[in-house]
Formats: sequence, C-alpha cells, structure tokens
Amino acid sequence: MYRWVERVNVGIKKTSLNKLHNEYQAKFVEFAGYEMPIQYKEGIIEEHKFTREKSGIFDVSHMGQLFIYGEEDLVKDLEKIFPLDLQNLKKNHSKYSFLMNDDAGIHDDLIITRLENGFLIILNAACKENDFEILNQLLNSKYKMVLDENRSLIAIQGPKSAEILNQIINNATSLSFMTGDWFEYENQKIFVTRSGYTGEDGFEVSLSNDLAEQFTKELINKGAKLIGLGARDTLRLEAGLCLYGHELDIKKTPVESNLKWAMSKERISNGGFIGSKIISDQLINGTKQIRVGIKPEGKVIAREKTKIFNDAELLIGEVTSGTFGPSVNGPVAMGYVDNKFSEKDTKVFLEIRGKKHPANICGLPFYKKNYVKGANK
Amino acid sequence: MSDFKFSKKHEWLKVEGDVATVGITKHATEMLGDIVFVELPDVGSSVEKDGNAGVVESTKAASDVYTPISGEVVENNQSIVDDPAKINSDPENGAWFFKLKIKDKTEIDSLMNKEEYEKFANESGS
Repeated sequence: MYRWVERVNVGIKKTSLNKLHNEYQAKFVEFAGYEMPIQYKEGIIEEHKFTREKSGIFDVSHMGQLFIYGEEDLVKDLEKIFPLDLQNLKKNHSKYSFLMNDDAGIHDDLIITRLENGFLIILNAACKENDFEILNQLLNSKYKMVLDENRSLIAIQGPKSAEILNQIINNATSLSFMTGDWFEYENQKIFVTRSGYTGEDGFEVSLSNDLAEQFTKELINKGAKLIGLGARDTLRLEAGLCLYGHELDIKKTPVESNLKWAMSKERISNGGFIGSKIISDQLINGTKQIRVGIKPEGKVIAREKTKIFNDAELLIGEVTSGTFGPSVNGPVAMGYVDNKFSEKDTKVFLEIRGKKHPANICGLPFYKKNYVKGANK
Repeated sequence: MSDFKFSKKHEWLKVEGDVATVGITKHATEMLGDIVFVELPDVGSSVEKDGNAGVVESTKAASDVYTPISGEVVENNQSIVDDPAKINSDPENGAWFFKLKIKDKTEIDSLMNKEEYEKFANESGS
C-alpha cells in the first residue's frame, strides 16, 4: 500500500507553515487533528475584507491531496463512483464532486482534477483517511494511490491574487477557472489550479513541504497577507459554499444539498454510479428537505442548530452555518428547511435564546462571485 | 481608576453613588475577537449578581454577559447595539453596557481591583 502518512508525531499535527503562522501572531485552534490558525493579529473582519479587496493566503495543507494513477480503466472505475462525465473531462480540468454511499449520503465533497497519468483529488482534512480507505476498497486496490503528506497546499484568493502569483510563477494567470497545470518553482514541479472556496478569483498551489514557507513569504512580500480559518468560514458562507460536517454529511444527499448542478445530467439519466438510484428518485419525486440561504431581518446571528419555524409556528428546519458576513455587513446563514417552505422570500422565524426573530429564505450566494471564467483577465 | 472593580467573568464595574456602570474588559474583547452583535438587558429589568445580563457575539461565537452585582437596570447603551465594533475599540470607557441602581453595596466587596484583575487575567491565560 502506498500511503505516505506521517505517523511519527502521535499528538497534534502541524503544517509546514506552522512556524510562519507563529511569526505572524496567529491564534491557533485544533482543526481535524491539526494546529491551524483561526486568525492573525488583525482579526477575522479585517482578514475577510483584505481577501475581498486584495489578496489573502490560506494554509490549507491539512486537506488531503490524493493522487490516483491509472489509464482508461481508472476513468471507467471512477465513473462507477462519482456522478461525473470523466471520460470527457479534459486533462488539467477540475470538477467539484462527492464521494457517496449507496443511499447517496455524502462521505465527503471534493475537487477532482484529471492529470496526464491519473487524477488528483482534494479531500477535506477530517475525511481524508476514511476517503482513502473507501476509495481503495471500491477500486479493489487496483491502482497506485498516494495520500501525499509531503506536499503542502496553499490557496491565494482575492482580486489581486493573479497579479501577485504571476510575479512568482510565470504565466500562472494563463489558467482559466477550474483548470490547473504543472509549473516550475525553485526547480521543482508545482501544481497550480485556478480555484478556491471564498467566492473570489484565486489559485491553489500544491508544492513540496520544503518549499511552502519560502513560497508563502514571497507571496507576502508581493502584498498578500496570511488569512485564518475564521475568515475562510465567513468568506465561504457569504459565497454560499457548503462546509462538510455542517451543510454536508452522511445523512444528506447532493439533491437535498441543492448541489445537483455538480452532477452530470447524462450520468444521472444513465445511472451506474454509487447512489445513482436514490439521486434519480429524489430528482423525480423531490426531497423532504432542501438547503437554502437564510437572511435574518435584524442584526441577530443564527448559529448552527438554530431552529427554524414558519409563520404558523411549525418547526420546518435547522440552521447548519451562521455568522456575521463582513462584506454583506449583516448576519447570514444557511440551513435545511422542509421543501414546502423553501421558496425564496418565504418568511421564517429563527429561535435564538428563547426568542423568535424574523428572517427570509433567500437565494445564494449572499455575496456575488468574482471568478475569472476566461484566461488572461 | 480606584473606583473600577472587576469580576472573574471579565466584566468591569464603576461605582458612582448608588449607580454602577458595567462593561466588559479589554482582556475579554481580545479573547472574543471582532464583536458584531450585542444584546442588552431591558431598562427596568432586575438582574442578579453573576446572572445573565446580555449577550455579545463575535464572528466566532456567542458569549453570555454576566452582571457582577445585583440591581435594577436604569440605562443601557444603544450606541454599542448600533455599532458593536465600538466594544473592541473602546471597551473600558465609551462602550459601557448598562447602568444599575445598586441593590446591595456589600456585593462590591467580593470584586477585584485593577491590579488583582490584571494578575487574574494573565494567569488565566486564554
């Protein structure tokens, strides 16, 4: 078995940027077994705004970078797992997808990119080891799989990111949204994709651990700033993006999560992937609950597990994520409600500390995306 | 500053005659991070020593505010409701939370002075 997981440190794991986080006065939290920065000196709101206006650096090295090597057989085998048209996925192109069980419950959400000799799958930190086991089992150990802990993953997000990255990685901005390629940095191969999870234009850079600090310092020298997990959460929530363990879990399907756009229509009608029966059944008959955006009318913040009522005081759902959105300048939330009450502008009430506060079901995102569709923009 | 008293829950109290002004300490705001929402006790309501007397929320989480002494709320500070960020920038002066008509002055004796509080806050670390 090819499995490069560091087993020496039994305690909390640290990324290659841990020392740098300390230098920039990070406040740390434990996240999925890693010591990660929740914020730096300036705080979540400043960090959030800096990312929206300029360029933020996110250490996402805790996420899994799974390389699976194989040829046409692998493409066919992965199509039995993912609801994607992988046969027609071009080299260096990426798709957002899910690893599901037979009931279409979500084990993890992920980004899969086709490479010359296989696929790169970016997995959530808390799920990556379990995903590895599941995938290896589903693929009958037929392929070389590497959950590579020798590589760091650094995201650079925000409108100035392209300009900054281009000064370090020549021609990185030739990439269009949801594509990637190998570039050279310090005589080593690094993989850069134009993607991210903030609702901004940006890149994710996969490079060897020993280059991570130097690369990040160069980004800082060119004007980008380190941003913690706190702002990453407010940014993704404003962008209407799901977070595993909150919006997504093993009891929710992609149809309930309102993520049917991420599945190939053709694959759904032809079936043949794990969970496909439930998916097509739910698409025909509907689901009991569905993910929606929720905008409180006042300033009160509805946190995770806040109960949602309709105007007849019927319990219709629960909040899965809620915070203050610095760019929206007000509270924002996502949650699941009974499908009958999921229509945009439906008035609902959020029960917070015993009081019911008015809110409205709304479209997502809360904050308009600035993704770059074409290249060289 | 000698009339400032402090609680273990990181509230400050300033006594002027029969009225005490209550707020949260700078140390508390540093632990909380950016404050984005505040809920204050209603004017006319009675609060009990160490009991709930409002809520502050940062981008990260909600935290209860406790009152260091008992009394009747005679005024609350609407300016921090309108602009919660003021609590981070001016916690121990302009961003006071509420004023109390003191019920029992002996309750003040159990509170810490500035020096004692600073020692306590440093030792409690987080």
